[in-house]
Amino acid sequence: MNVLNVLKVASRSLGRNKLRSILTMLGIIIGVAAVIAMLAIGQGARYAVESQIASLGTNMLIVFPFASSQGGVRFEAGTSIRLTDDDAIAIRDQCPAVLYVSPIVRSSEQIIAGSLNWRTQIQGAMPDYLTIRDWPLESGSAFTDSDVRGATKVCILGQTIVKNLFGENVDPIGQTIRIRKQPFKVIGVLVAKGQDAGGHDQDDFIVAPFSTVQKKILGITWANTIYVSATSQAAIYDAQYQITDLLRSRHRLLPWEDNDFTVRNQTDIASTAEATSKTLTVLLAAIASVSLIVGGIGIMNIMLVSVTERTREIGIRMSIGARSKDILFQFLIEATVLSLFGGLLGVALGVASSYIISSTAGWPVLVSGFSVGLSSLFAAAIGVFFGFYPARKASLLNPIDALRYE
Amino acid sequence: MGMRIIASTNGSVISTQHLVKVYHMGDVEVHALRGVTLDIVRGDFVAVMGPSGSGKSTFMNIVGCLDVPSGGEYILEGVPVVQLSKDQLARIRNEKIGFVFQGFNLLSRTSALENVELPLFYRNLSNKDRKALAMEALDAVGLGDRAHHLPNQLSGGQQQRVAIARALVTKPSIILADEPTGNLDSRTSVEIMEIFQRLNVTGITIILVTHEPDIARYAKRNVSFKDGKIRGDISIETPVSAMEILKSMPVVSEEDDNERS
Repeated sequence: MNVLNVLKVASRSLGRNKLRSILTMLGIIIGVAAVIAMLAIGQGARYAVESQIASLGTNMLIVFPFASSQGGVRFEAGTSIRLTDDDAIAIRDQCPAVLYVSPIVRSSEQIIAGSLNWRTQIQGAMPDYLTIRDWPLESGSAFTDSDVRGATKVCILGQTIVKNLFGENVDPIGQTIRIRKQPFKVIGVLVAKGQDAGGHDQDDFIVAPFSTVQKKILGITWANTIYVSATSQAAIYDAQYQITDLLRSRHRLLPWEDNDFTVRNQTDIASTAEATSKTLTVLLAAIASVSLIVGGIGIMNIMLVSVTERTREIGIRMSIGARSKDILFQFLIEATVLSLFGGLLGVALGVASSYIISSTAGWPVLVSGFSVGLSSLFAAAIGVFFGFYPARKASLLNPIDALRYE
Repeated sequence: MGMRIIASTNGSVISTQHLVKVYHMGDVEVHALRGVTLDIVRGDFVAVMGPSGSGKSTFMNIVGCLDVPSGGEYILEGVPVVQLSKDQLARIRNEKIGFVFQGFNLLSRTSALENVELPLFYRNLSNKDRKALAMEALDAVGLGDRAHHLPNQLSGGQQQRVAIARALVTKPSIILADEPTGNLDSRTSVEIMEIFQRLNVTGITIILVTHEPDIARYAKRNVSFKDGKIRGDISIETPVSAMEILKSMPVVSEEDDNERS
């Protein structure tokens, strides 16, 4: 009996019991659809997290100083004053894996523009800072190296600042804001980035030349952090080692002493966030798989009923020359056709419901070919697995007993 | 398939020697056959008779390769069947034997044509060849015009004729019929016997189990079983012709009348 004949015999038997076949398939249809929809939601969430992380900047590394301690009392992280703008220059000049460097000083200030005021963070940075953060301007222009050298009072605003100090309809370029009673000219506005992975509004800050903030607002000599971009994604770890070596020697640390700084890269943050969304995806898929297995048990149940009900048919087939394996294949193929066909319908339903979810709930969904392929393969495997026992039971029937079965 | 062929000395299609069959029902041993030796020549028409429990059904199952004997020898067209595997037995059932049962045993919700095609599914035949052979077999039993009817749309006699067509479609050398007229009225029974007689003329060996002497008289040879042994073996010089009987019988069934016209 060739494969085509087996398929024909199987589909004819299924066609004789249409309603039952459809109901049996329903279990698999729902299972596969659930797997696809859940994976789509999970992967959509993952994609959203990944693109948020990418928005933090490309190939970015951040050097933080460690907590300072005085007489055994340790202060919060970043309070050490060991990082300087000279460190930043050294990193730029001596680390081959590094492309851009910008030391950062931060201060929380009350900003006044006309009759409105707003408390926000002002960051002093080098012109390369915006390149490192991969953050283009919406309008105006950035400050330059000469602004940094001359400590000019210019600034670039985040979108939240624009909204809160100028409203929607005013162009802030060329306007003056006051920080600690000193006037700053607005020369640029950044594009909106929205919230970061932690829910913090990234647009709520002001950038000004490093020296302006360091000298004219804060009156300090150190930097809070140093932002670095590596030459490529692959060079991130090289850059990390080079910076660590350089800063250890610059800070004159002895081999047994711990680093007084830390270099963090976005890959670590990204992989944490990715692991979270991966866990979510696996969880959703696991729940959906349960329904797929329940669907498989439904197939097994119906196939067992079918074998009992069709005992006489099996006897007839054996008496006219069907071998045990012909019977085995017939029932196995019936189960597989049920589950595979159900799987295909499930794919259609799953893809459709993914798009319905995405358009009604507004969640990002991502239907991947992988999840479609995997779940239909899984559906077929379930058909073979749960169909095998009933099929084997049928094939082992004794022809005489089967023929006499009432 | 590697079947050993023994040259048959006497032209027997079926040759059994001291066939023994013992069933184990728990601790009780049931001796269904107690040494049956029988030769059936090609083209014979044998009616096997006997009361229930006489062993005739067990004998038929073994002859039909549905069951294997506990002892003795069975040679079918020169092949010692006792040594064959289950798959080889299935092949013999497919190629050499056609079965006709008392209860017709057609697949329900399956057209007459598809029922007749069924044995051919276990062979490598093209769709076209399979359909053509099945139509040919249906024509041979006079049901060519009912090919697409379902069993429940056919009378008992027509269903049995579909079953005969299914047995015929593989062009077997032997047809085994187990009480084929048991569920049929007398006229339809004679019609079925007429078909068997017609097939027998073409050279097919027919073995028929019946407990009705009326039916047995259409055969060329009557073998009777009792207590697992053969108790009588009579050759009938001039069997009754079913065709002749039909001519003398009044036409009762409208259905049969219709399809004869």
